[in-house]
Amino acid sequence: MINLKVNGKSYEVDVDPTMPILWVLRDELGLMGTKFGCGAAQCGACIVHLDGDGIRSCVSPVSRAEGKEIVTIEGLDPALQKPLEQAWIQEEVPQCGYCQSGQIMAAAILLREKPNPTDSDIDDAMTGNICRCGTYPRIRKAIHVAAQLKSKK
Amino acid sequence: MRNTNRNGLRLIIYIVLSAGFVSAMAMAMIKPAQPNSDEKNMVTVNDEKTNPADNKANAEKKREEESQAAFLEAYKVFMHPRCMNCHPSGDVPLVGDDSQLHPQGVKRGPFGKGLYALKCSNCHQAEHVPGEHMPPGNDRWKLPAANQKMVFQGKTPAQLAMHFKDSKFTGFKDFKEDLVHHVEFDPLVLSGWTYGTPPPLTHAGFVAKVKEWIAKGAVIP
Repeated sequence: MINLKVNGKSYEVDVDPTMPILWVLRDELGLMGTKFGCGAAQCGACIVHLDGDGIRSCVSPVSRAEGKEIVTIEGLDPALQKPLEQAWIQEEVPQCGYCQSGQIMAAAILLREKPNPTDSDIDDAMTGNICRCGTYPRIRKAIHVAAQLKSKK
Repeated sequence: MRNTNRNGLRLIIYIVLSAGFVSAMAMAMIKPAQPNSDEKNMVTVNDEKTNPADNKANAEKKREEESQAAFLEAYKVFMHPRCMNCHPSGDVPLVGDDSQLHPQGVKRGPFGKGLYALKCSNCHQAEHVPGEHMPPGNDRWKLPAANQKMVFQGKTPAQLAMHFKDSKFTGFKDFKEDLVHHVEFDPLVLSGWTYGTPPPLTHAGFVAKVKEWIAKGAVIP
């Protein structure tokens, strides 16, 4: 049995300790917001926060999360989630939407560490998240908007 | 009677002179004998007695050459992808045996640990992730910090050796002691022999060459 804390809730899961966190989240806990993209830490679709760090859950064994706190797109801090959600809607960022969970989780870390990012900061932060629809210009614009919204609150 | 005696005497003189000439020619054609090894050594011993300064200089030159040769061996490891990939000339780490730029656009960051959601430890965990092209692991995975990049990529043996002796490059207080400690015990250095194509020397062989380079004077190759 492995004890997990996900989005503020405690869980006890009976899985192999080497099972990727992504599989546990989706298949064991039913948290489907985090997506499987490449399975090799290449694309960023599976980013969740582990004690605040943006880990790639597809290559992280669940044993890594013992004693730590996982936050998924479903449990993102409203102080970050609300401005990002509003900006994403305002700028009509998603096309197919598949990568957007990972994009928003990466953007949340950027805004937490750099509340008013420049274009260069956004490039540095978001370059590891691949969007097959090519929504990058809208993602950049939405992050600027989210930064403004967040600073007003 | 008198003429007969004279002719006999002349004949004897001719014979003696001819024999002497032939002997002299034969001696000249024989190759002079080479001194044997003992004789050579005797000559050397005599030189030592007569030229101690030259022999000291020869020993010094030999020691310097051995120091340089040891560094050149260790240099093969320093410049191998398992070492050099984390000592890039830019701010993007390198990956693979062909030292390509790291995918995902990962950057060094101020502390060498990456930036934002692209921190090294997000993917590089305490252990290697099993499987081809998966992130290798070490719980100290990082590049040198931005204020001390310790670039290996593109450096010649002479440049790298000079850098190692410069505390501004390494941050070492005592380059001899600290460099040996780094190559011998740093877990990140040791991890270079645990995945992918290993460096051309064993870790022990590499450490021995670094130690030899330093012990024999840390001579710039």
